[in-house]
Amino acid sequence: MAKQIRIALRNCGVIDPERIEDYIARDGYMALATVLTELTPEAVIEILKKSGLRGRGGGGFPAGLKWEITRKVQADQKYVVCNADEGDPGAFMDRSILEGDPHSVLEAMTINGYCTGASKGLIYIRAEYPLAVERLKTAMAQSREMGLLGDNILGTGFNFDIDIRYGAGAFVCGEETALIHSMEGLRGEPTVKPPFPSVEGYLKKPTNVNNVETFANVPVILNKGWEWFASIGTERSKGTKVFALAGKINNVGLVEVPMGTTLREVIYEIGGGIQYGKEFKAAQTGGPSGGCLTKKHLDTPIDYDNLIAAGSMMGSGGLIVMDEDDCMVAIAKFYLEFTVEESCGKCSPCRIGNKRLHEILGKITQGNGTMEDIDKLRNLGTVIKDTSLCGLGQSSPNPVLSTLDNFYDEYMEHVKDKKCRSKVCKSLMQYLVIAEKCIGCTLCARNCPVNAISGERKQAHFIDQEKCIKCGACMEKCKFNAIIIN
Amino acid sequence: MTKLESTKSLTELREKLKAKNAALSQKDNPLSTIQVKVTMATCGIASGSRPVYDYMKEELSKRNIPAKVSQVGCMGFCYAEPTIEITMPGKKPVMFGFVSMKKADEIIERFIRKGEEIEGVIPMNYETA
Repeated sequence: MAKQIRIALRNCGVIDPERIEDYIARDGYMALATVLTELTPEAVIEILKKSGLRGRGGGGFPAGLKWEITRKVQADQKYVVCNADEGDPGAFMDRSILEGDPHSVLEAMTINGYCTGASKGLIYIRAEYPLAVERLKTAMAQSREMGLLGDNILGTGFNFDIDIRYGAGAFVCGEETALIHSMEGLRGEPTVKPPFPSVEGYLKKPTNVNNVETFANVPVILNKGWEWFASIGTERSKGTKVFALAGKINNVGLVEVPMGTTLREVIYEIGGGIQYGKEFKAAQTGGPSGGCLTKKHLDTPIDYDNLIAAGSMMGSGGLIVMDEDDCMVAIAKFYLEFTVEESCGKCSPCRIGNKRLHEILGKITQGNGTMEDIDKLRNLGTVIKDTSLCGLGQSSPNPVLSTLDNFYDEYMEHVKDKKCRSKVCKSLMQYLVIAEKCIGCTLCARNCPVNAISGERKQAHFIDQEKCIKCGACMEKCKFNAIIIN
Repeated sequence: MTKLESTKSLTELREKLKAKNAALSQKDNPLSTIQVKVTMATCGIASGSRPVYDYMKEELSKRNIPAKVSQVGCMGFCYAEPTIEITMPGKKPVMFGFVSMKKADEIIERFIRKGEEIEGVIPMNYETA
């Protein structure tokens, strides 16, 4: 059996996304038709609950339950929202679904509207996805023309229409309350939950927010049955998950694997192993909110609970693979840089705490770290997690805490030995001339932009570490391999 | 595109379209034809699949080889873009990666026209629901 099963991606790469006929030929809109004519909202919700579908945006909340919560609220207007913000760096699962099979999302949103009692759907999509937006618009126009969206869908009297709203580049607007405020025309800042959007959200009305991939699974679950879906995956994580494999891996791309597939299978069998035959070091899941999985986790079956137990999280599905040439301290710093930039600033733990975390990591990578700094990282990280207002702050210390746990010796090398074994942290690197190999051709000295290299012709040269800016030009020019990085 | 007034009309349309699709790949069916699918998701387009799509469409027509050339979404092999999938009637689909204009020409002349096995095939590694 193939390692991958494409469920959410079933039509991607098979149909022309700009032809609704292609979608219909592959059972498109049959689920909607069945739902509208043969099933009650409660029956559909029951099917979803039994299937075990959990939110694919990262939270993993049971989808059926979320739909039921909104169904039960009495209100004169309700909304269905598709979260297509996909802010995680390196994640492109949702983009691929929207570009390759936009109708699956439209159909699922309409089914959601029928179940929850909403007549209006909104797709919040990041503006950086112009092709996805274009394909969605084409799909919506074709759907309306065929009576599959809008008023009196398929002659059943059910009305549901969808609008597109654009993000403006803020990672925090992937968080559902910030997303809702952004749609309301306010600054994208999260608000305290409860009340949860399912009960009180957009314009204070019940709003059912679901991720693109969650939606993509709905029509096929209804067409093939909840038993089929629940037969795939693990006990508490049913179905498949789409991962965007990126980083130092040979087969970069989109993979969709049943829950319970091990990291080893994803990286080595599907992913083709590490580039250039290098050694695997870590895989980051969950983007800036997640942690690292290391060699000891290679045989862990991937599912929601196992990843949390391993100190990471599923997240939206980004899987960044790192090898022996990546510095884990620099990686933690990189993620913090991102989170500091993206923090909305509303709550102090995130606004101030993350900035301090980032500064400490900067100190360490520059060779000025102390053991007190390591303690501070841990304490501060834990406090930020416990006290931040929203998911961004609550998960931003994860890369730091996870790398501290799994790569403590690397941190020690940076702090105590002032060394970076992966040769990434420039301040901890020294470019040295190996005297025995140097023939004194002076090529390096002539190319040094800061005149840090001295030496007579035909005699071994010497690099002044105080002046050296670690640009590497000397090493590049040397024809005798006489310059190394220490 | 006519408006669908009921589930029945949707079902009827689906059956018609399914039959049409099936006929495309049946060897002895008069409606069968070579199907060429070119990945046109962002990764594909960024790697240059639009010129490949245009080339396949124009050249197959110029060289009198009837074929249906269409754009599709991401097939998942982002590391090998541009990717194209060729289904000859009666045969399983074959996918090629790193398709340049030169490769596209080779695919038309050797794989499609002469039925030769050529390099550059990316093995299918998934099932689809």
